[in-house]
Order: sequence, then C-alpha cells, then structure tokens
Amino acid sequence: MNINLTIIGQAIAFFIFVVFCMKYVWPPIMAALQERQKKIADGLAASDRAARDLELAQEKSAQELREAKQQAATLIEQANKRANQIVEASKEDARKEGDKLIEQAKAEIEQERNQARNALRAEVAALAVAGAEKILETSVDASKNSEMLEKLAAEL
Amino acid sequence: MAGSASEYIQHHLQNLTYGNLPAGYERADGTVTTEAGWTLALSGKEASDMGFWAVHVDSLGWAVGLGVLFLFLFRLAAKRVTSDIPGGLQNFVEVMIEFVDNSVKETFHGRNKVIAPLALTIFCWVFLMNLMDLVPVDFLPQLFHMAGLDYMKVVPTTDVNVTLGMSLSVFALIIYYSLKVKGVGGFVGELTLHPFSSDNLFLKILLVPVNLLLEGVSLIAKPISLALRLFGNLYAGELIFILIALLPLWAQWTLSVPWAIFHILVITLQAFIFMMLTIVYLSMAHEDSH
Repeated sequence: MNINLTIIGQAIAFFIFVVFCMKYVWPPIMAALQERQKKIADGLAASDRAARDLELAQEKSAQELREAKQQAATLIEQANKRANQIVEASKEDARKEGDKLIEQAKAEIEQERNQARNALRAEVAALAVAGAEKILETSVDASKNSEMLEKLAAEL
Repeated sequence: MAGSASEYIQHHLQNLTYGNLPAGYERADGTVTTEAGWTLALSGKEASDMGFWAVHVDSLGWAVGLGVLFLFLFRLAAKRVTSDIPGGLQNFVEVMIEFVDNSVKETFHGRNKVIAPLALTIFCWVFLMNLMDLVPVDFLPQLFHMAGLDYMKVVPTTDVNVTLGMSLSVFALIIYYSLKVKGVGGFVGELTLHPFSSDNLFLKILLVPVNLLLEGVSLIAKPISLALRLFGNLYAGELIFILIALLPLWAQWTLSVPWAIFHILVITLQAFIFMMLTIVYLSMAHEDSH
C-alpha cells in the first residue's frame, strides 16, 4: 500500500481522458442524439398535421355531399313540378281537342241530317205524287199540284 | 503457486513497481547498488523502500490501456455517428451517454460542459478497471510471470494510488468550481460561516474556527471517502478471489462462480457510485446559497 507517483500519473491520465472525451466523444454523439430527437419531433408534428388535414378534408367532403344531396332534391322537386305542369297542360289540350272534335262531329252530323232531310223531302214529294197517281190511277200534274206538294214537303 | 498461503497472497497484492533506489541499497537478490537509480523492484520491501518516487507500472499500464480502449470504442462510434438508424456500437454508446446524461441532468441543474463528459469517463473507465477483477486471479499474473515479470496486479482500482489519483482530480475540480462560482470570499464564507451562524459579530468570529473545522473535515472527507470506498470494495473483492484460489482446484468454482456473479453487481455499482458522487459534489460546488 505505497503511496507514490502513481497518483500523479493516474491524475494526468484522468485529465487527458476527460479532455479527449469532452472534445471528441461527447459533442458529436450528443449532436446526433439531439438531431434524431428533432427528427422524431418533426415527424410527430407532421403526422399530427396530416391527421388534422384529413379531418378537415373529411368534414369538407361531408359538407359537399350534403350540398349535393340538397341540390339533387331541389332538382327532383323541380322536375316533378314541371312534369305535373306538363301533364296538366296536355290534359287541358286533350280536353280542348276532344271538345273540338265533338263539336265538329256534331256539326257534320247536323249537316248530313240536313242533307238527308232535303233528299228525303225531294223523294217524299216524288213518292207522294207517285202514290197519289196510283190512288187516282191518273197522272197528277205535278206542276199543277206543286204548290200543295211543296207544302207537304215543308211539313216533313 | 509456490510457497505458503500468506506468501501467495502477498505476492498477489504486490504491484509491479518501477522506482528510485538510493545508493548502497542491498537488493533482494543480494547485490548492493553502487549509485542511486531507477529500476524495477524485486520484492515488496524494495517497493516500499522506494518511497514516493516510484510508479506502479502495472496499475498505471492497465488503467491507461483500459482508458484508451474506452475512448477508442467511443471515438469510433462518435466518428460514424448518424442521426438515422444507429448500428450496434452506436446503440450501446448512445445508451451509455443517455444514461450518464440523465444522471447528470437529474442532479446538476447548472450549465457546465465538463461535468457530463467527466461523468461518462469516470463511469466507463472505473467500470472497465473494476471489470478486470473478473479475470481469474492467476491468469494474467501467470502469463506475465512467463514473460519475466514477477509482479502483476491487473485490477487498477485495487491500487489506492489509482483511486486517489481520480478522487483528488475530482477534488481539484470541486475547489476550482467553488472558487469560480462563489468567488474566494464566497467559498471562504461557506467554510467559515456555516453551519453555526450568529447575528452578533463577536459571536460570529468566535464561531469561525468551529465552522472551519467542521466544514474543512467534510470537504477533505469527500475525496478520501470517494477514493477509499472504491478501493476498499475492489480490494476486498480481489482478496476474496485470491482466498478462493487457495482452495483445491475442484472446489474453487463452488465459491468463485457465486462471488463473481455477485461481483458483477459490485463493480457496476461502485463505478456508478463514483460517478454519482462526483456529480453531486460538483453540483454542490455550483450551488451559491448554502
């Protein structure tokens, strides 16, 4: 257990090692550690930001979807209204057309009836004359009795 | 392994000493020195007769070698350091550095670029020096015996010179930072005006010697206890390994294996304690208010 120069030798070695460690070992490794810490912190911040962006985007898309649905609903409503209008209008047209056709048909019928009546009238006169001739066995002078015949025909 | 048990033990506890012998000294091999000169001690008595002017070549050699190994490994990692995915060596070095850095940050709150690297050096170096204790006690001495060197103590921390050399360096740092942070007046005040203080000036002066004695003892006790704690633990551990080695060969493992396993804890713990106490002492040196 001799106390001797070894103490001083050890102290010098200690001093040199500490200085070496302080200059060439500690700073680069510490710098790397801090840089990695920063990288990790940045990465976490970026992921946070991305999550927030995603949330915003989802919100936006939901909003747009809602708007689109609303628009679609309005469009459908408008289309329905328009369709109803069209149906109503065409119903109206059809009724008008039908009325017109009925009117025309009535007019034609009237006309034909008049024609038929006129024809009948003429024929009745002839038939009456012929019947009268048969009855009288003589010919009736149509011109002489024309006045009477005309009266008859007018009564028909 | 020649001679009796006590000779064997003493032989194992003797450092390889290179020192100055006076003229006319009768050496262990019977020759008498004609003039004073530096030489390797041939016996324990010669080593102690060399007095202060001697160097424990083995302690210093192993200590410096292990320190260089530590710095080589860490420098290698520092050169290849990357902030991307680290490799195996860098992982290990980073773990050590973060461990030391956290220990320092927990205890020391000031700004000082020296303390953390100092603590790292102390922890790794002391750990490596302690680790030599786990090398079988006869293995390296026998190798050196074959190479012609009779004495070889391979665990530097079982040499009180080594532990004192470190603790006195720490002590010098304590004094330096105390003076730097508190100034000469502050440091002297801390030594003389605490723990007993008075508002009465006369009483205050009367209390100065008492305070100086108490604070002086506690200040001096720091490096001494720091050195002797490490030395005592490792010396005792080494001694027990030597005692176990005296057992018959077939029985040695029953004791040496448990003791070695237990010693893994001791060497780590002692390295950690030396580092922590250094940090604590230096942080106390930085604290301005008492």
